Amino acid sequence: MGIKVILDKCTGCKLCLKSCPYNAISISEKKAVIGSSCTLCGFCVEACKLEAIVIEKEEAKAADIADYSGVWVFAEQRWGRIAPVVYELLGEGRKLADALETRLSAALLGENVKEKASDLITHGADEVYLVESKFLESYLDDAYSRVIVDMVREHKPSILLMGATAIGRSLAPKVAAMLETGLTADCTALEIDTEKKLLLQTRPAFGGNIMATIICPNRRPQIATVRPRVMKRASRNEKKRGEIIEKKMKPEDLSSRTRVLDFVEDLTEKVKLEEADIIVSGGRGLGGPENFKLVEELADVLEAAVGASRATVDAGWIPYSHQVGQTGKTVCPKLYIACGISGAIQHLAGMQTSDVIVAVNKDPEAPIFQVATYGIVGDLFEVIPALTAKFKEMLGG
Amino acid sequence: MEIIVCIKQVPGTTEVKIDPATNTLIREGVESIINPFDTYALEEGLRMKERWGGKVTTITMGPPQAEKALREAIAMGIDEGVLLSDRAFAGADTLATSYALFRAIEKIGSYDLIICGKQTMDGDTGQVGPELAERLGTPFVTYVKKVEEVNDGHIKVERMIEDGYEVVEMPLPGLITVVKEINEPRLPSLRGMMKAKSAEITIWTASDLGVDTSKVGLAGSPTQVVRIFAPERSRKSEILQGDVSSQVDQLVKKLREAKIV
Ligand SMILES: Cc1cc2nc3c(=O)[nH]c(=O)nc-3n(C[C@H](O)[C@H](O)[C@H](O)COP(=O)(O)OP(=O)(O)OC[C@H]3O[C@@H](n4cnc5c(N)ncnc54)[C@H](O)[C@@H]3O)c2cc1C
Ligand SMILES: Nc1ncnc2c1ncn2[C@@H]1O[C@H](COP(=O)(O)O)[C@@H](O)[C@H]1O
Repeated sequence: MGIKVILDKCTGCKLCLKSCPYNAISISEKKAVIGSSCTLCGFCVEACKLEAIVIEKEEAKAADIADYSGVWVFAEQRWGRIAPVVYELLGEGRKLADALETRLSAALLGENVKEKASDLITHGADEVYLVESKFLESYLDDAYSRVIVDMVREHKPSILLMGATAIGRSLAPKVAAMLETGLTADCTALEIDTEKKLLLQTRPAFGGNIMATIICPNRRPQIATVRPRVMKRASRNEKKRGEIIEKKMKPEDLSSRTRVLDFVEDLTEKVKLEEADIIVSGGRGLGGPENFKLVEELADVLEAAVGASRATVDAGWIPYSHQVGQTGKTVCPKLYIACGISGAIQHLAGMQTSDVIVAVNKDPEAPIFQVATYGIVGDLFEVIPALTAKFKEMLGG
Repeated sequence: MEIIVCIKQVPGTTEVKIDPATNTLIREGVESIINPFDTYALEEGLRMKERWGGKVTTITMGPPQAEKALREAIAMGIDEGVLLSDRAFAGADTLATSYALFRAIEKIGSYDLIICGKQTMDGDTGQVGPELAERLGTPFVTYVKKVEEVNDGHIKVERMIEDGYEVVEMPLPGLITVVKEINEPRLPSLRGMMKAKSAEITIWTASDLGVDTSKVGLAGSPTQVVRIFAPERSRKSEILQGDVSSQVDQLVKKLREAKIV
């Protein structure tokens, strides 16, 4: 167990040293030496061109992996509305199930949500496990995790997918810990290694600077949360048939220790960032809080949401709920218009997967232009009002 | 109140990136910092202590130099720091991390509230908090943006969700993970820094925790990283030329052709 430098292969080239995010490697007598701050993250193993560094891990094969099959999607809903990400999970889940030649199932929990089950089937599910109870009306960690774990133990799915939403990011780790299995957060790509029948889970790490592909070879199910608006939505097929399997739970198994006393809707966001097709974002280039109205006017014409860089949020120009980036929201709209944003890596981490990016910045060297589909080098105080006027004219506002 | 704050030392991420040409990681003089989200957890712990009395202990699992993170926490005002450090802990994924933290908290014994950050900058998962709560058998609330009150063995908090926030009540002991909105972390005080210099840090190894080594570190991690690569930046960039009105015209035309507007 542990990390080893194969001295015969190591030439002291220092590639590993440069790759180590934890500063743990030094070179002594032309050989790499791995120090105590090593976290076994594996970056050096990747970096080494000579295969001179290995991490050894004993393969403890759990015996019952073969008993698990099928792909499950957690059909998150609130107030009877299925979360948009669920349709994306069904689209992706279908592909995975087909690659594994297995079934795609959805788990639907709630109160009076039965009619949604057929909707999940027309979007690709072969079967829907339905659990209805007044104790499941709104999401609670204890009750929901209990039901999911119960069903997983009974039906043994090989893969379980959830949306990387506030609910999914709470439920998934609780379920994973209860089942003592692996969980990969916030995936942006999923694939099947058909030979090994493993789920390849790819996700950004280090604030989006690095992509990592992760597997869970020896435990089941393989659980992943998937970032909303990255996968393609399942298309609707009215002819698709499937089975609805109702399951009853005893009320005493659905008790929860936490209680939701109230819900307060955020009304400052006219259009929700995560769900918007178009986002207009402002940065420090706006010069002051009063100039956010330029961004808002353009957003209004386009029925877009308003985003912001951290610098403007920190300066108190706009509430945090608008912040896009590593420490803010991750968005993936069809169009992202960045006004006066330099494009620091932490900001890019939250928006660089947008379909089309437009950048308006007066500094031609600004890094935002490296990710922009279309760049306008110019003064936003001229460009943005001109754009707003043009769109108004075109859209007949 | 007995409060335990879990923090992690992370590389300042700004400096970590992949060289697309060689597909290797480039690091320039990375300085380790306390995971930014965990500074909000520390601050909240301190504020709760100031309001309701008690003690704040900080735990971190990491290599020996993670001790520095604990000293920084002490400089902010934390009472005590515990470092979990052992080669056996290295390579831990969230499940293995939560197991080691769980055993350490059991060893500490009593607590009312555990506070974690929303997520770390390197792992970026936000899973350790809920997994830790599950192992301890306590309830938890994620994405807390405000602690409203602690009363009669219960805590009332505001939990941020996509379209607003929920007011949630949880019995203690319990665990919360906090978001940036919750507070403004304080800077270390001069007195704090003096105290931090000489403070005694408790260090626990795997055998101090009496853990089954197959459950910690790499051995106890069900997930494995199989590949690391640079994110694709295949986007073709086009800088629009001409004066403002011509640039605007070109842009609108292109967006229209692409059926975006
Ligand atoms: C741990 C960590 C996490 C972070 N998380 C985030 C995050 O989630 N989101 C985020 O956004 N940032 C984040 N940051 C901060 C990030 O590093 C940058 O500081 C921030 O994004 C900069 O914001 P900005 O682009 O608005 O400001 P600046 O960098 O100051 O850029 C302003 C830009 O406006 C341009 N400009 C000025 N005037 C005009 C004009 N009249 N017309 C046109 N252009 C003009 C300038 O050329 C410049 O490029 C994080 C930082 C750290 C360390
Ligand atoms: N090694 C660690 N030691 C102590 N606390 C940790 C550690 N890793 C994660 N945490 C806590 O768990 C939170 C979520 O981490 P993560 O799941 O890695 O994103 C962090 O903000 C910390 O509060």
